Amino acid sequence: MLDTQAIRKEFPILSRHVHGKPLVYLDNGATSQKPLAVMQAMDDFLRSHNANVHRGIYTLSEEATALYEGAREKVQKFINATSVEEIIFTRNATEAINLVALGWARQNLKAGDEVLTTEMEHHSNIVPWQMLVKERGIVLKFLPAKAAEGVLDVAQLDAFLTPKTKLVCVGHMSNLLGTVNPVTTFVEKAHAVGAKVLVDGCQAVPHLPVDMQKLGADFYAFSGHKMLGPTGIGVLWARKKILETTEPVLGGGDMIKEVTKAGASWNNLPWKFEAGTPNIVGAIGLGAAVNYLTKVGMENVWQHEQEITRYVMPKLLAIPRLKVFGIPKASPERGAIFSFWIEGMHPHDIASIFDEQGIAIRAGHMCSQPMLEVLGQPAAARVSFYLYNTQAEADVFLNAIEDAKKVFGI
Amino acid sequence: MYESNLLDHYHHPRNTGKLEPADKHHREPNPLCGDVIEVFLKLDAVGKVADIRWEGSGCAVSQASMSALSEQLVGKSKAELDAMGVTNIEQVLETSINPARLKCATLGLVAVQKALQE
Repeated sequence: MLDTQAIRKEFPILSRHVHGKPLVYLDNGATSQKPLAVMQAMDDFLRSHNANVHRGIYTLSEEATALYEGAREKVQKFINATSVEEIIFTRNATEAINLVALGWARQNLKAGDEVLTTEMEHHSNIVPWQMLVKERGIVLKFLPAKAAEGVLDVAQLDAFLTPKTKLVCVGHMSNLLGTVNPVTTFVEKAHAVGAKVLVDGCQAVPHLPVDMQKLGADFYAFSGHKMLGPTGIGVLWARKKILETTEPVLGGGDMIKEVTKAGASWNNLPWKFEAGTPNIVGAIGLGAAVNYLTKVGMENVWQHEQEITRYVMPKLLAIPRLKVFGIPKASPERGAIFSFWIEGMHPHDIASIFDEQGIAIRAGHMCSQPMLEVLGQPAAARVSFYLYNTQAEADVFLNAIEDAKKVFGI
Repeated sequence: MYESNLLDHYHHPRNTGKLEPADKHHREPNPLCGDVIEVFLKLDAVGKVADIRWEGSGCAVSQASMSALSEQLVGKSKAELDAMGVTNIEQVLETSINPARLKCATLGLVAVQKALQE
């Protein structure tokens, strides 16, 4: 079990008040708060080691390079990638997915080729593919989700996969429902028809142990800021073999081996895909976040959130006029994300009333409009827990629902 | 924000329904939250609002704001309506609107302003 009280002390923001009430931060699906260790690593870099990377023949630049590449190594070990050459730093998961779309997909897909995504995806795993439909005439298909069960209709996967399927895109954990999708089943079936698999791991990497060797996918994208790191740094993991034969998307400094007026040759992996001065301090912050999570233990983080789910789920299900979306019970296939709808109260009103009590939640479409359409909902309210959230905070949230219902006389 | 006046307008919205035929009509959605307000206006000989009905769905702030606004519109010219903003809505609702909810509060006003442009 996690020592949540000790963990909370390491996150300065958790001791602040909002509207005179202790902050209850339940919007971790959007972004996580940051521990002192992350702030200190970034501060230390800027104070004592700041220089550009991969360039200078001087001490500071060597230190900066070692810290930046050290962060890459931490990420590699954290997700059990085969080598650092497979870890490409991006701005975020969105940019990582777009890098696959603009690079590998544009170079390998032609008109009529099929990309299979799912109804459960975040917009960032839908829109880049829709853009390729427009630009290249690829065909985009959506594997249906089952509204009541809160899961993808995996039984239909075989029917959706054809010899024309070149890429299958699936979220590891839904940002709207908290559903953990059976990625290995997707990989097995997609590979059987010769398709590659791209996994959006934004909500998974921060919350559960993730192992590239066990998953067996081809591309895996995630963001640093949802896993205790800073904004502006994300990761694309991809198989070395694929990266080797993919042309870079951005040209410029650092991504080249040699430039003449006649042309340029590319740098080695992973730098081939990192044109220009990268987000050095962001990567170092992410490295510190990875260290922090490794110290706590991802299995412990996941068990803590499972415990929260077992506590919250039955209580939510018992509230009259409240619908909670996703798998309708606590389950190992469900993370601690709870999206809900209260009849007679719009999610924005719920979020405003909660805010007055210091509770930060998300309301709106959560960048998941196709899934909301499946659910028949214009919007939803969402609470999402993390390693520093407590059962006491869950109670504050559950009591706030009752208070909000009173305000609205329902 | 959720004062009794706002909640009263939300639970008992004024001037709802349609005007058919209407001189001016506009449907304004807020794609961020799925709220929508549709306004129907009749104008008098000099182009001032003679009658208004509206229909909509969404949060208490957007729906109550439109309801309260609908009681203030008759007799107003296009120029007068264009000059209105969230402060007018705060006045008629007798509450202040959180910055994060300005778009909700002004959805109905924007619908009316756009209707008059059409």
